Amino acid sequence: MNTSIPSSDRLDRRTALKWMATAAASAALLPRSRAQPAPEPGVSVVTAPMGDGYGTDPDLLRDYAPGDLWPLTFNDHQRRTAAVLCGLIIPADNRSPSAADLKVHDFIDEWISSPYPAQAGDRALILQGLEQLDGLAQKRYGSPFADLRINAQATLCDKLAKMEEMDAATESALSASDREFRQLQRAFRRFRDLTAGGFFTTPEGLKDIGYLGNVPLAAFPAPPADLLKRLGLPVE
Amino acid sequence: MPVISASQIKPEYDVIVVGSGAAGGQSAYTLTMEGVKVLMLEAGRSYEPVTETPMFKVGSSAPLRGASTTDKPFGFYDSTVDGGWTVPGEPYVRASAGRENQFKWWRPRMMGGRTNHWGRLSFRNGPYDFKPRSRDGLGFDWPIDYDDLAPYYDRVEQLIGVYGNNDGMENTPDSPPGVLLPPPAPRVGERLVQQRAQKIGVPIVAAHRAVLTQRQDAENIPAKLHPNNPKAQRILRESMQSRAACFWATPCGRGCSIKATYQSTTVHLPPALATGNLDIVPNAMAREVTTDSNGKATGVIFIDKTTGDEVQARGRAVVLAAGAAETVRIMLNSRSVVFPDGIANSTGLVGKYLMDTVGAKLGGQIPLLENLPPLNEDGAGGAHVYAPWWLYQQQLAGKLNFARGYHIEFNTARGQPKLDVGAGLEPLNGGGTWGRKFKDDVRRYHGSFISFSGRGEMIPNEGTFCELDPVVKDKWGIPVLRFHWQWSDHELNQVVHMQQTFKQLIEACGGKVWGEQPAAHGRDAIHPGGDIIHEVGGAIMGSTRRKSVVDAWSRTWDVPNLYLTDGAPFVSNADKNPTLSLMALAWRASDHLIGELSRGNI
Repeated sequence: MNTSIPSSDRLDRRTALKWMATAAASAALLPRSRAQPAPEPGVSVVTAPMGDGYGTDPDLLRDYAPGDLWPLTFNDHQRRTAAVLCGLIIPADNRSPSAADLKVHDFIDEWISSPYPAQAGDRALILQGLEQLDGLAQKRYGSPFADLRINAQATLCDKLAKMEEMDAATESALSASDREFRQLQRAFRRFRDLTAGGFFTTPEGLKDIGYLGNVPLAAFPAPPADLLKRLGLPVE
Repeated sequence: MPVISASQIKPEYDVIVVGSGAAGGQSAYTLTMEGVKVLMLEAGRSYEPVTETPMFKVGSSAPLRGASTTDKPFGFYDSTVDGGWTVPGEPYVRASAGRENQFKWWRPRMMGGRTNHWGRLSFRNGPYDFKPRSRDGLGFDWPIDYDDLAPYYDRVEQLIGVYGNNDGMENTPDSPPGVLLPPPAPRVGERLVQQRAQKIGVPIVAAHRAVLTQRQDAENIPAKLHPNNPKAQRILRESMQSRAACFWATPCGRGCSIKATYQSTTVHLPPALATGNLDIVPNAMAREVTTDSNGKATGVIFIDKTTGDEVQARGRAVVLAAGAAETVRIMLNSRSVVFPDGIANSTGLVGKYLMDTVGAKLGGQIPLLENLPPLNEDGAGGAHVYAPWWLYQQQLAGKLNFARGYHIEFNTARGQPKLDVGAGLEPLNGGGTWGRKFKDDVRRYHGSFISFSGRGEMIPNEGTFCELDPVVKDKWGIPVLRFHWQWSDHELNQVVHMQQTFKQLIEACGGKVWGEQPAAHGRDAIHPGGDIIHEVGGAIMGSTRRKSVVDAWSRTWDVPNLYLTDGAPFVSNADKNPTLSLMALAWRASDHLIGELSRGNI
């Protein structure tokens, strides 16, 4: 027998409002209440973040492109600079096209524009990095980075790519301009990570890296005997 | 189609099953195949792996290249929908801010529960695992032993299909001949670890996973599982014939549209539905078990999430299989005159002795594995080999500073590149490169990394439990759980040992520890409670009603028509992943319930 009672009549609104308020403060302490015993220090409510992303039940079968789900960030100049960087970091060779050819810069734009907290730090890092990069290019060569000759771009990439290991104390003792340069190196490193990840997860990138999987096989074979021998492993 | 809406439920069922994952699926399967009329309640939406699984999608088809987000914590293509570490509108509470006192609660909230995305590792508990207290004086003994459960392990393995070998390892039981499917050939990196691990005495043997490496024997298994039941045999035969063998592609965590892996939604629920004895209501959030004035269970009140209405379902018996902590929550919320502290909680033990699996990891980079020729290493979509715990005797002799064991899982990661494929190479390539050199570096190092994970036994303790929070409720007004978590030195010392072993293994392969170094203290290495998603305990099984919540048949002492078939009755949590044991226990409990129903005791 069904006994149907509208749930709104049964909802304890005071309590509901309480944890919603707590959610807004992101796992803050429960608010004190006269009606309830005050919670011990350290007690926290774990709630779902308020998201503007694709939600908890997105369509997994369709193909997505940057900009489909949330607005992108780069203006024309930023996008052009990002594309130039992608092309420098992963250029075309005889095995595959460049990261710029595969529009990996659009993926990086999608990444830094994402509504999710994991990408939030990269947004500021990369947008500031693009600005600093132009600043550096202007200072040295009198033009924005994207307009430089390839030799000048390469010289700057050489300087940016190799980041010295440094402990926190040494770093904080650096001059303001050195610290800013280090920040730019950090942005370059992150941009490089994203370029590689963005590139090698495309069909062209998978092929380039020698990934032969993702195809149905009738049987899973043992590794080839010559490879096992080369590695000093027993051959069955 | 018997997936129905709340308004379509019948006035009365034989059994109400709460939950549709490994436990609910197995319970409903066993019951309905024997003619019992079952209503299953699932808190999440209906889910159809055959049509919904994103089988061959590559990273660039997904937003953010498939990276994990708060909406999809295991990545975009993980099969979990609507569930995760947080669920909108369903908060929970942590009792302490302490770093070592954290519990993370994974809730799947979908048809089939965690079985859609799980790792498919399927290990039997061994004889020691049922009598841990007798062995080392800690924790509790189970009221049953290995021989009681062995026939049910045999049945579950044959039903779901498990690959592995019989290696005769200590406390790592073999299966009878013909039960296991052949394991897949080890990958290159797996073979390297296997060879080098011998030097330090770590045995590497075939993993056991619920993946069909060949078609099931649909002609003979049904008669073994359902003797004298032609209808059940026919239904199971057809179900087995609908499952393809693994085609060695696509990650298992996405689910499997060809039904080569075990998922409740492809293996348990379709045959149960085919009997005509099962109705399933999705979007049904169970709130409480109702009782009569004698304290006998009469059914379940649930919230129909599609309308917000409260609905009473009635049955002669109730099976809770909602996931250990959710089952505890339902029990504590089932308060009545007979059970003022929650149903079947006369001892006050409901919520006590919650456990997870102990976890720690360490990564290594192996020069020998650089620049290997292209090779398809997708394999069975998970581990082909692993290391079972190998130091039982040293531990018994008191030579280790922790009482229980762990097994080792490892990933040689020559799979489909992910977003991190070129990240963090600076220590290998002289501080960082760009251009052609960088492109070559990524190619060179991809596949040269190995990550080791330890999965160890946690001993139940008084400081790890859950209770109802006095204040916080979910969006339907149902009180939520507050979790207390504590590790003992056994777990903290165990993870230190894990990381030291991993370091030895990495070095034995000629490599170096990559990234985080082994921790000096376990608190810096151990995963938070709940992180391994093996939450069990909370309503432990025992031989006396004073000291336990359920009897040896998973039936609550206080309420003879209330059974718990998920991880809640676990008395200990051996390093062996709990799913296979939980299904064996669910089958055994359901057999007992069928007997009680047919004898008219319920």
